[in-house]
Amino acid sequence: MTFLAPWYDLRDLGNAVQALLDRIRDWGAPDWVPYAVSSLIGAVGILLWVVLSVLAFIWIERRVVALMQNRIGPNRVGPAGLLQPVADALKLLLKEPITPRDADRILFWMAPIVIFIPTLVIFAVIPFGGRMVLADLNVGVLFLIAIATINTPAVFLAGWSSNNKYALLGAMRTIAMLISYEVVQVLALLAVVLFAGSMRLGDIVAWQQHYNVWIVFLQPLGILAYIISGAVEINRSPTDISEAESEIVAGYHTEYGGIKFGFFYQAEYMAGFAIAAIITTLYLGGYTAWGLEKWVPGWALFLGKLYAVFFIYIWSRGTLPRLRIDQLMSFAWKFLLPLSLVNVALVGAEVLVWDETGVSANVALPIIGAVNLVFCLVAVVAWARLLGHGAGRQRGRRALLTKEVGVIHFEPAEGASPGPAGIPAAQALRRRSGQA
Amino acid sequence: MTYEEGIFYLVAAITVIGALGVVLARNIVHSALFLILSLLAVAGIFILLAAEFLAIVQVLIYGGAVTILILFAMMLTRVRETPAAVDGPQRPVAALAAAAFMATSILAVVSTEWPGNTEKINVISLDQIGRALFTTWAVPFEIASLVLIVALVGAIVLARGEEGE
Repeated sequence: MTFLAPWYDLRDLGNAVQALLDRIRDWGAPDWVPYAVSSLIGAVGILLWVVLSVLAFIWIERRVVALMQNRIGPNRVGPAGLLQPVADALKLLLKEPITPRDADRILFWMAPIVIFIPTLVIFAVIPFGGRMVLADLNVGVLFLIAIATINTPAVFLAGWSSNNKYALLGAMRTIAMLISYEVVQVLALLAVVLFAGSMRLGDIVAWQQHYNVWIVFLQPLGILAYIISGAVEINRSPTDISEAESEIVAGYHTEYGGIKFGFFYQAEYMAGFAIAAIITTLYLGGYTAWGLEKWVPGWALFLGKLYAVFFIYIWSRGTLPRLRIDQLMSFAWKFLLPLSLVNVALVGAEVLVWDETGVSANVALPIIGAVNLVFCLVAVVAWARLLGHGAGRQRGRRALLTKEVGVIHFEPAEGASPGPAGIPAAQALRRRSGQA
Repeated sequence: MTYEEGIFYLVAAITVIGALGVVLARNIVHSALFLILSLLAVAGIFILLAAEFLAIVQVLIYGGAVTILILFAMMLTRVRETPAAVDGPQRPVAALAAAAFMATSILAVVSTEWPGNTEKINVISLDQIGRALFTTWAVPFEIASLVLIVALVGAIVLARGEEGE
């Protein structure tokens, strides 16, 4: 992007801001004034965008999930229920703020605020457009990880200060899951950083633009791992076991009501957008799309991709049942972690070979992409089979149990020649007991 | 006083308040939370020193991982049943030892010859840090990771041993 673009070149809103700053400088203001004004514009812009997006997506998510589940969804307040989020927010504002008698008052009040700020701060390093980034740190990727970890003490604050056993259980689950999936997340990001050779998010987008390739094609396993660990981090169904309402009421925010609950809700949504923004930036080319950014504003492309990624989370929430905590934990440690480790080693070797041989990118990148895609497919299937989760290979406890109990007994010889079509369940049982 | 100094004193004050809170809080959970505050404020000092990498790692490891482990340990043990303050007759001795340590530290800071003012801030890039860590300092780095692995394995062995198989 050229720095001489006129202010009305709205493909990059940074142009308009730059023009404004130049005007301020021309008035003879000291140096810190444009600096402060630009930060203020960025911060207010991001805040406005986030709040409006959250409001819109509360409605969209409820309608979409309702569609998926053959319901109607909110349709009473305003046209097609569009004002439902506003009504919800007003309701939360007007509710009585209840603090449990034995709660730790100061910490109880602090928790919603502490959880809100880091999720907002993440957007500071996200490049919405070529020059639309509040602070392009040279340790951007590390910054993302570090800020996400601050959420964990905040969740603990909420869970512990409520003095409620369900809240504490929820907090404990969250912390256990976050420290498990953080490892996976860091390994996934590490592979991206290995490719781009920089931790600055702007550089990573520029790398993808330069080579005309989105990292998702080079890192199919990485984006899978990141999407899953992202879902865990933002507590969304099917991985929302830290607030599983059928098990532990509402988890760490059981005791919160009114606008304090609203803060948790909003923070969770914002974290969802943050994860979607990170995936868009790191894996889906950020604000670029194979030259399309010359005609369409980059920020519009970015937002489109972001909402598409967020839709995956809505989709999985509407279709998948909640996992158990032991399933989630063993999935992180036994499945995702070994695969991610191998993935990082593979990417490191690929980048090294590419550097050493000096093959042109047009040859190297398709090969790397193909190798990684094959590796992703083979590794996922093979590792799942090795752990005994392959399709149609489950020797569950059930067959063993029926055999032990001795209620149903089939001769293995009979199983060899399939008999006449009987009850499907009995057939299935026969097959299982034959194997066991 | 320049505004950098102002920010430094603000961050330093938060660090000291956090550290005092760790020692003086009656509730051990409050102590742990003050510890987080103190450690995060140290990251602010690193940022003032233009050591972005160190600052982020400080947040990541001390603000995140270490305190999470402390909080986890407190949730698993029954914190509420322990006495609020662990005091004893050692208090004057402890105060003396702390004062002596502080005096030594201050003496060390005062007697050291600092490089002094500089016009230009040298920002050390991640690339340089990585190269230094994995070439010049590779052996200490590997030893550190080995120590960590030993600690991890030891913890697992201890935890498994108690179950008695």
